[in-house]
Amino acid sequence: MSFAAAPRPAVPARATAVAARATDLSKVYGQGETQVVALDSVSVEFGRARFTAIMGPSGSGKSTLMHCMAGLDSISAGSARIGDVELASLGDKQLTRLRRDKIGFIFQAFNLLPTLTALENITLPMAIAGRRPDQEWIDRVVETVGLSGRLGHRPAQLSGGQQQRVAVARALAAQPEIIFADEPTGNLDSRSGAEVLGFLRESVRAMDQTVVMVTHDPVAAGYADRVVFLADGRIVEELHEPTADAVLDRMRMFDAKGRTN
Amino acid sequence: MLRTALRNVLAHKARLLMTALAVLLGVAFVAGTLIFSDSVGEAVKNASAKNLKDVAVSVKATQDPDAGPGRAKDGKRSTALDDRLADRIRALPGVQSVRADVTGTATLAGRDGQPIGNGWQNLAANYQPGKDGKDGRYPLVRGRGPASGGEIALAENTAKAAGVTLGDTVRFATDGPVLTKKLVGIVATDDPAVTAGGSLALFDTATAQRLYLHPGQFDELVVAAAPGTDQQKLTSEVSQLLPAARAQATSGRQLAAEQARMIAEQNSALSKTLLTFAGIALFVGVFIIANTFTMLISQRSREIALLRAVGAARRQVVRSVLAEAGLLGLISSLVGFALGTGIAVGLRAVLDANGAGFPDGPVVISPSTVLASLAVGVLVTVLAAWLPSRKAARIAPVEALSTVEAPPAPRSLVVRNTIGAVLTAAGVAVMFWVSTLTSGKDLPIAMAGSTLTLIGVIVLAPLLSRPLVSLAGVVTTRLFGVSGKLARENALRNPRRTAATGSALMIGLTLITGMTVVGHSAQVAMDKMAGSGLTADYKVTTSTFVGLDPKLSAKVAQVPGVTAAAPIRGAGFTVDGGPGHGTGSGFGYVRGTNLDRIGEVTRLTFTQGSLAAVKAGGIAVSQTEAKERGWHAGDTLNVEFYDKKKARLKVAAVYADNEVLGKSFASTALVDPHLDRFRDDELLVKTAHGGSPALAKNIREALGDSPLLKIQDRDALRKETAGQIDTIVNMVYGLLGMAVIIAVVGVVNTLAMSVFERTREIGMLRAIGLARSGIKQMVRLESVVISLFGAVLGMGVGVFLAWAGGSLVGSSFPAYALVLPWGRLGLFLLIALVVGVLAALWPARRAARLNMLEAIGAQ
Repeated sequence: MSFAAAPRPAVPARATAVAARATDLSKVYGQGETQVVALDSVSVEFGRARFTAIMGPSGSGKSTLMHCMAGLDSISAGSARIGDVELASLGDKQLTRLRRDKIGFIFQAFNLLPTLTALENITLPMAIAGRRPDQEWIDRVVETVGLSGRLGHRPAQLSGGQQQRVAVARALAAQPEIIFADEPTGNLDSRSGAEVLGFLRESVRAMDQTVVMVTHDPVAAGYADRVVFLADGRIVEELHEPTADAVLDRMRMFDAKGRTN
Repeated sequence: MLRTALRNVLAHKARLLMTALAVLLGVAFVAGTLIFSDSVGEAVKNASAKNLKDVAVSVKATQDPDAGPGRAKDGKRSTALDDRLADRIRALPGVQSVRADVTGTATLAGRDGQPIGNGWQNLAANYQPGKDGKDGRYPLVRGRGPASGGEIALAENTAKAAGVTLGDTVRFATDGPVLTKKLVGIVATDDPAVTAGGSLALFDTATAQRLYLHPGQFDELVVAAAPGTDQQKLTSEVSQLLPAARAQATSGRQLAAEQARMIAEQNSALSKTLLTFAGIALFVGVFIIANTFTMLISQRSREIALLRAVGAARRQVVRSVLAEAGLLGLISSLVGFALGTGIAVGLRAVLDANGAGFPDGPVVISPSTVLASLAVGVLVTVLAAWLPSRKAARIAPVEALSTVEAPPAPRSLVVRNTIGAVLTAAGVAVMFWVSTLTSGKDLPIAMAGSTLTLIGVIVLAPLLSRPLVSLAGVVTTRLFGVSGKLARENALRNPRRTAATGSALMIGLTLITGMTVVGHSAQVAMDKMAGSGLTADYKVTTSTFVGLDPKLSAKVAQVPGVTAAAPIRGAGFTVDGGPGHGTGSGFGYVRGTNLDRIGEVTRLTFTQGSLAAVKAGGIAVSQTEAKERGWHAGDTLNVEFYDKKKARLKVAAVYADNEVLGKSFASTALVDPHLDRFRDDELLVKTAHGGSPALAKNIREALGDSPLLKIQDRDALRKETAGQIDTIVNMVYGLLGMAVIIAVVGVVNTLAMSVFERTREIGMLRAIGLARSGIKQMVRLESVVISLFGAVLGMGVGVFLAWAGGSLVGSSFPAYALVLPWGRLGLFLLIALVVGVLAALWPARRAARLNMLEAIGAQ
């Protein structure tokens, strides 16, 4: 389970560039009495070819941060950039195009169209863009995630883990600038989950892919290069090269803090 | 569980809206039909009861067998009802008054010179002023009643159609020369024969008698009795005064009963026809209801599983679903009933505006109509929801606990396909058999076969949807890329759903296509009959059966611009097929014509013999006739004409079938001796330059400009025959329109529910970069694919049924052959396409507007 040596050509030197950046990013839902501040002036950078995990308790704003960064949700104030592109300045059509061309997605569930085969699902973003997929690259991705024999199957004929691997393959296939994963292992047993996380980490290490993953699972976060902790819409902590235990410790700490508050 | 049902109906208001609309429209159709026919029936009954209110006894003359067919030597009818008889009846105790009616026909020319209405609807009667100088039966609108031989009164619509006003001279004809009288009065009448496109002329009694009978004679004596008189007794007393076998007395009560029965019969025929179409509309609705409930239940399966888990029995689940259906049916039926009442009122107004001439009357809503409409709506909805409810009962309680979003495994279609194949095969077999039948009496077999085929194909539709939708999908994928591909996959995803939606559209299109193809083929056949062989530019006939004076053909021939005028008059005969004289015995009809001219007004091709041989005194027979009877040129036929004279006719020639000349023709010299009425049935006129309105006017004038004259060019002839078919086909389009509208509602419904079901998919597609326009395109194309599937299937079945059933129609049109109206069929396909696009408007918009984040997170 390792990617072939050839690195992707257009990727700049690792760890120096920033793939996505939030500056004083705020997101407010509702108005007046019912106003809820989901993100409160968050500033964060996601380094290129890095695997970043966003963690935090329910309602901490971690999913909102991801949605805003991925152009799925609008921004109330501040700035969110993918590469050099300021998302706040884009209309729906441009955002859609940006997601299609520059971003890969892995959701917790329901990543695949039940009517399409695994291969068709993998190449769907390119089909939408009307681009011819890079066959060599697809072969590599498919082989890496271990789906070679199952490309003709429909999602219903695949196990949950296999479905999620198809989702990973789809995210990788279009060679996006950044992949957002929202609890990608939330519905999987630990073995399948470990596999999927392994692929994600491998894609970062061997293919210089950038991955941002929202999770509440310390074990999943342990696969990342860096963990960003959110609470009440603010970034409260960061960990580099974390281990699952370290993540767990931090979370216990927040929990304790939350209770004393 | 009833509360659950109620909550469900309320909770899914929007989703049930389309279903409710389908039920509503069907019920509106039923209610509208029932209310309309009740109201019109009641109004007609009232009107006729009003007319018969004062009739105690009616005395009508019966035909006198000794006086020829009711005619004296002067060509006028003679009856046994005269003034003396009227006076004797007046003298009977209990008789209040006696109305002595003379009836006949009088034809007026409309503004275009052509006769108004049909010959038998151009009524004429005598105006009988009472003591006040007015005839209560014909209330005056303007002017006064006719009082002398030079005066005439007309019904309001008649005067309008003829373009005459009080004081004008009215030209008319009974069955002879043109007569003129001064218009002195305009009367009102509610006689349906007059209000529905006919005409009415009134004369004073003496004039009417001169025109139609003999002085002092009447057609009918209408006796009014003093209050308290026994009708039965009076009738028998009147009967005793009548000359035996020449007149008959009927009591007013009996007349009223007969009339009521006739009205009821006509009415029930009309409402049966309308109800058939309402039934079709409801049947189409069944598919939509069933589809909706199937979808609702699959969406709600976890909820139902939870109910089961907490202890609801299967039966309770079924009942809950059925109660929901019943509730939906009831609400929709109530609204549908209200709409139906509006339709009934509107329909009557529209038909009246188009000259249907229904008498006035209130809107009749009988309790049985209310009950029937509501019952039909509720029953259809509950029945349609029955299968889905069984499906709901099969949901296992454990499904409530499952967290994995696993689509239910598609149920096998093997059983369904087997049943469908058997039904279709049986239907097709019957239709192949029907295609060999030629009698109109076999229509029920054809209908049974058609129904069987249609139902078979409906059952098979899921199987058929795969190849057809795939085929359409290839096109959409090529044209629209990924949206087209996704649309195809979505349409293929649930064959049952696609099939049910398509079937709803298919039913309407099968019937419409079948009607169109048969109608078009019949039209082409009629065109052929009207136009084939006819090279004349004008055909002159009379609106009654009086025919034309034979001297006129020579006159017309002299009109400048006319190159030939050939009269046609015919005589019937029986032929005795003795040995050596051919085998075909039976009835025959030979047309006499001007043999020198006939070649100029029709295309004649002889296969045996020649025109010269016919001129030498033989008869020519058509190819078909010769073949059927086994006649050849040179045969001699022993015939007996209807005037009982025997003759030997020589078959001189055989000609290619020709509608102008029919089965056989000869010179007028051969036919004339056997005619009791020496008149031309028609006159065919050929002109030098193809005719013009001015020339037609000259011909009309040469013929004496009688209002009875019908001068038609080929276009008018074609319209006269083919126009009727057009009217019928258009009416059927209108009636089937409701079924198609319901089917469109069904497409909207299916799409809307599919969009709802696929919320998360759509969210995901949007997230990975499919633009809103792409989502719209996807839904729209799915809609188009489903619509086209239904249309193609329906048109295919329709053409097949039309082909097979055509032989039955062919029996009454010799020239009938299946002709596919490609233009119309293409139009239907186009309409299906447009329907698809329109049906997708709302669902596509909804899909495109889904909030992406909510969609992705939706459960």
